Amino acid sequence: MTASGAGPTMVLVLAVAVLVGCGVILLLERSLTRILLGVILLGNGVNLLILLGGRPGGAPIVGTGPVEQMSDPLPQAMVLTAIVITFGLAAFLLAVAYRSWYLTGDDEVPDDLEDRQIIRRAVRNEVGTVDLGGEGPNGDPEQVDPEPARRRLRRGDEAC
Amino acid sequence: MLSTLVPLPVVVPLLGAALTLLLARQPRLQRTISVLCLSGTLTVAVLLLVQAYRHGPVVVAVGAWPAPVGIVLVADQLAALMVVVSSAVTLCVLLYSIGQGRSEASETTPVVIFHPTYLVLTAGVTNAFLAGDLFNLFVGFEILLAASFVLITLGGTETRIRTGSTYVVVSILSSMVFLTAVGLVYAATGTLNLAQLAQRLDDLPDGVRLALELMLLLAFAIKAAVFPLSAWLPDSYPTAPAPVTAVFAGLLTKVGVYAIIRTETLLFPGGQADVLLMVVAGLTMVIGILGAVAQSDLKRLFSFTLVSHIGYMIFGVALSTAAGLSGAIFYVVHHITIQTTLFLVAGLVEERVGSTDLRRIGGLARVAPLLGVLFFVPAMNLAGVPPFSGFLGKLGLLQAGVAAGGPLPFVLVAAGTLTSLLTLYVASRVWNLAFWRAPRLATSEPSVRLPKLMVGATVALVAIGLALTVLAGPLFDVTADAAADLRLRTPYVRAVLPGGGP
Repeated sequence: MTASGAGPTMVLVLAVAVLVGCGVILLLERSLTRILLGVILLGNGVNLLILLGGRPGGAPIVGTGPVEQMSDPLPQAMVLTAIVITFGLAAFLLAVAYRSWYLTGDDEVPDDLEDRQIIRRAVRNEVGTVDLGGEGPNGDPEQVDPEPARRRLRRGDEAC
Repeated sequence: MLSTLVPLPVVVPLLGAALTLLLARQPRLQRTISVLCLSGTLTVAVLLLVQAYRHGPVVVAVGAWPAPVGIVLVADQLAALMVVVSSAVTLCVLLYSIGQGRSEASETTPVVIFHPTYLVLTAGVTNAFLAGDLFNLFVGFEILLAASFVLITLGGTETRIRTGSTYVVVSILSSMVFLTAVGLVYAATGTLNLAQLAQRLDDLPDGVRLALELMLLLAFAIKAAVFPLSAWLPDSYPTAPAPVTAVFAGLLTKVGVYAIIRTETLLFPGGQADVLLMVVAGLTMVIGILGAVAQSDLKRLFSFTLVSHIGYMIFGVALSTAAGLSGAIFYVVHHITIQTTLFLVAGLVEERVGSTDLRRIGGLARVAPLLGVLFFVPAMNLAGVPPFSGFLGKLGLLQAGVAAGGPLPFVLVAAGTLTSLLTLYVASRVWNLAFWRAPRLATSEPSVRLPKLMVGATVALVAIGLALTVLAGPLFDVTADAAADLRLRTPYVRAVLPGGGP
């Protein structure tokens, strides 16, 4: 940041906007790899934004120049911390994506099982069987710990 | 000096985490260290609370850098009270998890990782409570989130990865929103020290203040699972191991509520967002409990009651009166204890009969009478049946709402009463299905005897819940005092910046 003057340069502001915009769009995807890229872009955009909050100028070391022309060191310190944190979170997300691919063959985040059951019941206009009393239907799939192989319901399939 | 005690609730668990990681090969020593660390934290927290109640906030400037420059840790009454409750609850849950680990020889989860991560989680929670600095609060959130990511995907099974990925992505998003808000607050005021912010934010134009306030509230509301932002919680919590779910349910959302209380009192006391907060509080209560009515799994059902009762606390905060705040703080304390207990009981049910699905279990009251008592007391407490602390907390909040007057608070009082009744319905429905009916076990080989330590830890938490009822008078004194201090703001600001600040 070598720009002189009071405000941040337009280029940096635009860079923040592009990074955050692309990050948000990628976050809306279902594939964990794309979400990961989105998180990285979003994180970098936010870090750049924090950097813009401080005053630009020379190196903030006493003795290297007049105090008035020094940059603000605090946002830089915060950004360093934030970069490390974003890096760690991204690494964890990568591990989750890999594990998901390892277990299921893809890294898409599926809908919640219970949500899918509710959608299915709503389509068929059924009532839950819990409160009817008597014997519970043993055919009902257990919702918390399901069998591993189950047909995945993709987007757009719900209506069928 | 007592002020040297303030960093200990953060430092001790962190050091304990390092030690337990080194001692991964010696499970017995690992357990001993974890228990000792958390007991130490609890003792220190009690001392801090006594000191904060008698003599005002205890402040320590980390590294001896004076306040606006360096990082401060502040234990005022609210923070100290939260640290006391959270360390008591984490200690009980730790004992429970030790009991559970011992019972299952074929435990597939890597216990080696559990203890260090659990201690890091505790350190993150206490750091968030004690932070006197917005960025340090962010760091506290990140510590506890990183630890919670590991805990919620413990074992890496397909179900846990599926639910964990939702949790991870939503948490990261909320962190990004929080970080952006931190950056913008710094850009607008040139400081992040909470006490100094309290002075400088007042001078900002109204529009800028409101934007910053809403940004922070958005970040905290995702973490606290307030209604439109709560959908991630019931999808991600129930699949984790029972102790993990219990501690998440008890503490993580309450850290968000704590941050909302701080934002609304210390940073933005004008009450610009009160109407918005009241509306979402009402929606959180009613929609959350309607979700619980529809559920057929014990853990999912409790997740929905958790979301629902967050609404009470937000309601208390949104009232912007000392009585409302006092009620909200009392309710936070009550709810941390009770919700954790209920999840532990769900874990015991799973241990005993092999499932928590209401369709597959029944007749527990005859099979395991002690379990029936352990469920019944906290469930009635949650529903707000007199004379339990849940009743006292709700009564305090509803009285504060009536005292505030106006159409919106009255609607909220009605919604609160309705939610309380529906919670009672939910609790009695679980009782009817799981504890009455003909005995039905989901597993062919149920464990006849529950591990003593698991039952003991749950009994201890139930007892703490009852103690909150008996000691409600003194506790309300503390919360009322804390609320008065929060409303005044000067005790906090003066303790952090003795010279009045630049």
